[in-house]
Amino acid sequence: MSAHAHTLEVSEAPTGFISKYIFSTDHKVIGIQYFLLGLTSVVIGVLLSVLMRIHLAWPAGKMPFLQGGIMTQAQYLSLVTMHGTLMAFFVLTTAPQSGFGNYFLPLQIGAPDMAFPHLNMLSFWMTFLGLVCLISAFFVPDGAPISGWTAYTPLSGIGQITGPGEGYGQTMWILSIACFCIGSLMGSLNFIATTIDMRAPGMSLFRMPLTCWGWFITAVLMLLAFAVLLAGAILLLLDRSLGTSFFLPAGIVVNDQLQHHAGGSPLLWQHLFWFFGHPEVYIAILPGLGVTSHVISTFCRKPIFGYREMVFANIAIGTLGFMVWGHHMFVSGMNPYSGFAFSLMTMSIGVPSAIKTFNWISTLWGSKIHFDTPMLFAIGFVSLFVSGGLSGLFLAQPAVDNLLHATYYVVAHFHLVMGVAALFGVFAATYFWFPKMFGRMMNPTLGKIHFWITFVGAYCIFMPMHFLGLVGGIRRYADYSAIAYLQPLRPLTMFVSIAAFVTAAAQLIFLFNFFWSLKHGAVAGKNPWKATTLEWTTDSPPPRDDFGGHDPSVYRGPYEFSVPGAREDFIPQNLEPAQVAREEQS
Amino acid sequence: MSTNEHRSRWAASLFSALLILLVVATVYVFVSGKYAPPAAITAAGRAIDHQYHLTLAVTAAVFVLSQLGLAFVVFRYQDHGQKVQFSRGNNTLQLLWTSLTAVLFIGLGLLGGKAWATGRMFTLSPDAVRIEVTENQFVFNFRYAGPDGKFGRLDPSQINASLANPLGLDSADPAGNDDIVVPTLTVPVNQEIELLLRSQDVIHSFFVRELRLQQDAVPGLVVPLRFKAEKLGHYEVVCTQLCGLGHSNMHTYLDIVSQANFDAFLKNGGQ
Repeated sequence: MSAHAHTLEVSEAPTGFISKYIFSTDHKVIGIQYFLLGLTSVVIGVLLSVLMRIHLAWPAGKMPFLQGGIMTQAQYLSLVTMHGTLMAFFVLTTAPQSGFGNYFLPLQIGAPDMAFPHLNMLSFWMTFLGLVCLISAFFVPDGAPISGWTAYTPLSGIGQITGPGEGYGQTMWILSIACFCIGSLMGSLNFIATTIDMRAPGMSLFRMPLTCWGWFITAVLMLLAFAVLLAGAILLLLDRSLGTSFFLPAGIVVNDQLQHHAGGSPLLWQHLFWFFGHPEVYIAILPGLGVTSHVISTFCRKPIFGYREMVFANIAIGTLGFMVWGHHMFVSGMNPYSGFAFSLMTMSIGVPSAIKTFNWISTLWGSKIHFDTPMLFAIGFVSLFVSGGLSGLFLAQPAVDNLLHATYYVVAHFHLVMGVAALFGVFAATYFWFPKMFGRMMNPTLGKIHFWITFVGAYCIFMPMHFLGLVGGIRRYADYSAIAYLQPLRPLTMFVSIAAFVTAAAQLIFLFNFFWSLKHGAVAGKNPWKATTLEWTTDSPPPRDDFGGHDPSVYRGPYEFSVPGAREDFIPQNLEPAQVAREEQS
Repeated sequence: MSTNEHRSRWAASLFSALLILLVVATVYVFVSGKYAPPAAITAAGRAIDHQYHLTLAVTAAVFVLSQLGLAFVVFRYQDHGQKVQFSRGNNTLQLLWTSLTAVLFIGLGLLGGKAWATGRMFTLSPDAVRIEVTENQFVFNFRYAGPDGKFGRLDPSQINASLANPLGLDSADPAGNDDIVVPTLTVPVNQEIELLLRSQDVIHSFFVRELRLQQDAVPGLVVPLRFKAEKLGHYEVVCTQLCGLGHSNMHTYLDIVSQANFDAFLKNGGQ
């Protein structure tokens, strides 16, 4: 049990616009800043994917804003790169973890702020700087890089000569990633310190909501993973600008020109990148796993089934997540024996993932489900997590990977499980916590329309992609015209594009609902969902020091719903045992 | 909560219906075989297909049971005023599904290792045909050792595509004089082949669906790739590793020919 940290004296709430909303040290403001950064990035990222889908559906179609009208291969590949980078880093890492985690970790564990408020502010502004660097890659000479979000070297490591965008554009990309790493490292330290040191009296680790467990384990993953990526990014920058050869072997000839490098290894970059890159998948999804558990329990009015098993499954996923990076490299030239070892570790990650799924379904079993919008997204998350996770069992086997590697099957797999599922976690969190953050409810009808279109749309986009991949449809191809066996795939490609347009358009409903409800939503009150955790015991939105000057104490676990003998179907964590209203004996 | 109950009913029905539709549609497409790779033309490829189908059976079972299970609980336990069956968990169930999935998934992984070994870990017969594959932006070149059975030395500084020396054959090494360099791959049927994959500039890849073989070509490495094709034919070879501007145009062909035709091919210097 931790002692409550009384050392943090929260001063008077700032009144000036800049200190209150821009350079704020308030974890709630910083959480919203991260959320808005994620929202901006996701809007740009989705627009880029819509452009890609237009090009794939109508390769000869004219786009009025492009020079020459028709999208070039280089432009297509730069969209691929920027879409992946924006989504993986600036959306899937920032919104679920840095956004909602910042806002709700202190509130859920009963703390007045994060452990290091100024560091928190610095983390956000480093991340913001990273986004500025990334977007600026569009505007430097020759445009954005074309090497994909994985930036495999030598394509990314030599410079302009390997392709358009590989000059200034790639440099801006690396600087952006470096800034993002630094911001994430500072942020993760803050999350870890806060979780360990700032819990309210009575808030033992095993009384923490599963959301907090998600953020905590994610923070540990970020600390270990982004440190390695930062080192890799710096080495890549040195290769490009100072002529070192960390990732470049001797004898490279580009355009008949011999490059003066020697001694490095392109596979080293892949190892460093994927040592970050695979945990990154779990960084994106672990907060969503937490939110899903939290929302499911709350809206089915039943304790989460197997709370401890859920926590241990998260820890297992986080731990195993660091031992599987090699499954991205089965056909990279890595020793086949290593491939086999990585394969077995990867298959075992299926076990804790399955445990989570079975526990969610068991939680719903015998419950009383309220189908509010957050719950729809949480149940949708479970379905997507199952679909996207199971296709991973194919890719986890190097033999089968021979056929599926670098095809749309891979694109389908990771979009379902780390893209769409993680975004469903973000949507569930947004609809769930919006009333706490802004004091008003989001419109439930618009929320439901948004859900149904997005749920059906996401499956219509990504299920067919598995079939594209099975037949050999190769990802990151701007143009299918050169390969004869890709021609029969055109109708399916068209179907995917149309599903993508509809689904993307449906997100406007969400955006409208979000901004409209800020002003016009129904007033929420303290606890509109009849939830149990600490954030629902304070005002909506909470005051600057979260709990208005009094420190909450915690008497029980986070999911006390429909407890036999209690009059209400929920018992807040901070309610003293003597105050729990009993059912009258009849 | 009468309005809530009302809303529950159609939301629960729609949700279950969609999940059932998802299961039916997915199973239908797989069973119909409409989207399946072409038949494998090697024994190792068939071992991969076998493992693929085994994995498909296991994942299909888990997929169908989980999605239908979800559909069932969503429909059955919508709020119609019932009493919640209070529970915090069940150790027997946890133990059961943990051990069951562990055996299933890790067992599958072990079997998968066998299929991997069939294609990637075996001793090559001494009379295997060795062909060097060199990739650069955005072409393939295939080199045969010629009558002397020896590959000539390469010197990167002599690489010059426009002067017809795309590989940089060292003019000082006589072993290279009879080397055959061609832009498409021709191999004899029923004969062990070892490709030696190289790249001059960035990372490329070599992928033939019918061989069930995909392998990156990495600068600084020579990666062996072995197969024994059992069927004559003309197949497409593509690059699957993002290699720059012309990535989606980078392809060539694999011709699997009879031994007699292959001998003639070599004799005619790759014509």
